Amino acid sequence: MAATTTEVTTTTTAPVPQIVARRVEPERKGWTSWVTTTDHKRIGIMYLVLTFVFFILGGTEALLMRLQLSQADNTLLDPKTYNELFTMHGTTMIFLFVVPIMAGFGNYFVPLMIGARDMAYPKLNALSFWLLVAGGLVFYGSVFFNPPECGWTCYPTLSEAQYLPNGGVDAWIFLIHLTGLSSLVGAINFYATIANMRAPGMGWGRLPLFVWAILVYSILLILALPVIAGAVTMLLTDRHFGTHFFDPSNGGSPLLWQHLFWFFGHPEVYIMVLPGFGIISEVLPVFARKPIFGYKAIAASTVLIAFLGLLVWAHHMFATPSPTFVLIFFMLGSFLIAVPTGVKIFNWVATLWRGTVEFKTALLFCVGFIGTFLIGGITGVFLAVFPVDWQLTDTYFVVAHLHYVLMGGAVFGVFAGIYYWFPKITGRLMSEGLGKLSFWLMLVGFQVTFLIQHSMGLDGMPRRIYEYADVGHLELYNMISTIGSFILAAGVLVTAINVLRSLKHGPVAGPDPWKANTLEWFTTSPPPVNNFDVVPRIRSVEPMKDIRRQIARQTAGAGEAPPAPAPESAVRA
Amino acid sequence: MNRIGRALARTQATSLARRLALAVLVALAALLAFAGSAFAGAIVPESGGSPNADHIATLYKLILVVAVVIFIGVEGCLIYSLFKFRARKGAVAAQIRGNTRLEVGWTVGAALILVVLAVFTFALLPSIRNPPNSGPAGLQLATGTLVASGPPKKLPPNGKSLNICVNGQQYIWRFTYAADCSNAPLNSPFSYQQMVVPVDTTVTLDINAQDVAHSWWIPKLGGKFDAIPGYTNHTWFKIPAKYAGTIFTGQCAELCGRNHANMTAQVRAVTPAEYERWLDQRKQDIKAADDAAAKERSQLQQQQTP
Repeated sequence: MAATTTEVTTTTTAPVPQIVARRVEPERKGWTSWVTTTDHKRIGIMYLVLTFVFFILGGTEALLMRLQLSQADNTLLDPKTYNELFTMHGTTMIFLFVVPIMAGFGNYFVPLMIGARDMAYPKLNALSFWLLVAGGLVFYGSVFFNPPECGWTCYPTLSEAQYLPNGGVDAWIFLIHLTGLSSLVGAINFYATIANMRAPGMGWGRLPLFVWAILVYSILLILALPVIAGAVTMLLTDRHFGTHFFDPSNGGSPLLWQHLFWFFGHPEVYIMVLPGFGIISEVLPVFARKPIFGYKAIAASTVLIAFLGLLVWAHHMFATPSPTFVLIFFMLGSFLIAVPTGVKIFNWVATLWRGTVEFKTALLFCVGFIGTFLIGGITGVFLAVFPVDWQLTDTYFVVAHLHYVLMGGAVFGVFAGIYYWFPKITGRLMSEGLGKLSFWLMLVGFQVTFLIQHSMGLDGMPRRIYEYADVGHLELYNMISTIGSFILAAGVLVTAINVLRSLKHGPVAGPDPWKANTLEWFTTSPPPVNNFDVVPRIRSVEPMKDIRRQIARQTAGAGEAPPAPAPESAVRA
Repeated sequence: MNRIGRALARTQATSLARRLALAVLVALAALLAFAGSAFAGAIVPESGGSPNADHIATLYKLILVVAVVIFIGVEGCLIYSLFKFRARKGAVAAQIRGNTRLEVGWTVGAALILVVLAVFTFALLPSIRNPPNSGPAGLQLATGTLVASGPPKKLPPNGKSLNICVNGQQYIWRFTYAADCSNAPLNSPFSYQQMVVPVDTTVTLDINAQDVAHSWWIPKLGGKFDAIPGYTNHTWFKIPAKYAGTIFTGQCAELCGRNHANMTAQVRAVTPAEYERWLDQRKQDIKAADDAAAKERSQLQQQQTP
């Protein structure tokens, strides 16, 4: 649109690529410009805003559930509503928040970080976003009729038409289809962009770790999504067209669904959390003022986690009728994942070690992530030991574990990303005071809500129950958890206020407020439509550091000189 | 000067680390001593009703010790490095990009910890998975009656167990007292919601469901076993003799519909003699009810054919 030149300076004889514009479309203004845009940054912003709205919706559903459970034998919600709420909550958070918000960050920052001017397929990119909107509308449309009440896993035979005849399950199936297509198209787009459009000099060994994470996220989506798409289609035909894939009374198998679902469902966990890992790996070195420790190990562990993540799905099914050999295979596979995950955590801590840590909000969220995710990782090892899992599975211990991994893990990563990248997206800084308040409320609220849920599970409370009798300390535990959930919600609200306030009143950020390492900070904030007028040649994992050093060298004497780069032997301590 | 300072820091760090390690070990020992009673249901799973539940709790505690050490170590390093290396005037960040030896070291270390956990699991697995023989105070099972048979179900070494068929249905559990669940005689004694079993007797369960998936779970008697329509799942328990008269409670652990929360189960442990009395009573009650129904049916038939 901006390229309107027709005259070409012909001082060279070599053929120069020319852009000939015969007609200049006037730039659209107002809301139609958002609907018709194919700019990866605008699509990214729409992703981030839409998914955050779904996050608020899913969070509200969670608060309603916590209110119901705050008292033993509570009658605030009836069982039907309660089942609808946890189904909506889980489905929203997974399919409409965590997975697509990572696509939102990816959309905005992958092209910027690799020095590209847009995604490989801008129109497909817009399609991805609008398919997500359609999925969300279809799913939330069911609120006006009958929302699904089978949990986000929708196990048959409960989800068969015989037991849940109303349209809620169908709305859920169409949500999986639409958001799945959205993610699949987006994943192919990410893959093509990262594989083909990197800046000159950016080999695989110089790819930012967030981009590594999005690459692996895309590959996992491409491998896992077709399986769930097939499975929900089979469920749909079971429900309406007389097939019996999952119906045991006609030779079908409910266990088949569990295998298909978790073959997708477990990689889905890594689809949600790997981009979070990527954000942490970008933000930590910036505020520790130190290069990431063990770049290759972190990139390799991302790939290894994804590979192993495809081989452990049946650890969700340890209580099903399965031979001991199968249980052992999936236990040991799950153990193996702990190794690359541990390596990542050690590398992050080592990145802080001997750095000069600046306690910005983004860094706090990273640290909160590491500390919290560690607990989720450790409880994951308990659950991987299948005899122990027999006691823990389907209880609040699992609810605690999955929230430590996904909320403490992925969501804290998302918040670190929001605080880190907001200045790039809007050109303005967010308030550090409100940011830190939000962080502490969220961290404390989170631990109060979910730590005690381990004890609820050990005390015999299964998940997905709308009421419980006050035996043991269950009522006390639940009350603590409910109080924590409202502290957590207050923390989220503070960040929402911070975002809205900083849009107008935040201090102007400038192109590189954090003195960061990656290429998105090379351009203005917010970046122009074409991202970069000049794409620099990439010489290391930290191109911005190289550029700052070069500028300092060229303007030596003016201002403070950076410390001389240490010789290579000293660097590799 | 610089070297001396570093050496000093190192000795301080090691003595601190040693003291910390000692404190951790003491805390863990205290924790384990209490874990059996005070913390059951708070930081360890419930146990006490059956050897498999006890062994699961033991395995859990072993993992917990390893977990607490790792937790304190990593969180400690994290918090220490945050405070020790916070930005100060004049501080310069060391530009370290990695350390191959260290990285290989902690990768191997993490793997070794998991090997240890796997060894724990394999050591305890047989006592959790495989049912033992019934004890001397248990029900005397004559060969041929109430004896479960056939692989792939795990049976006690002497092949004798009291078999009970567990059937999950929205939203109640049905228990049929029969040796062969797929061909249980029509007049087999049964009960709903409360299962009655003799103490010191190895009870094997054949678990299935007739409508949607459920999950059998009495925490003190061992782990969960899903009841899935079209499949039969197996587990066992053996309640110590001292628990005669105790009722163990649990509830369905797999979402089975709106009243999933209300699908509770009880296991009442009684002496073998009492069990046999109860079973005879059930048989008589069922026979009486059947006879009454048959009588009524024939009366109705007579009324319809004048």
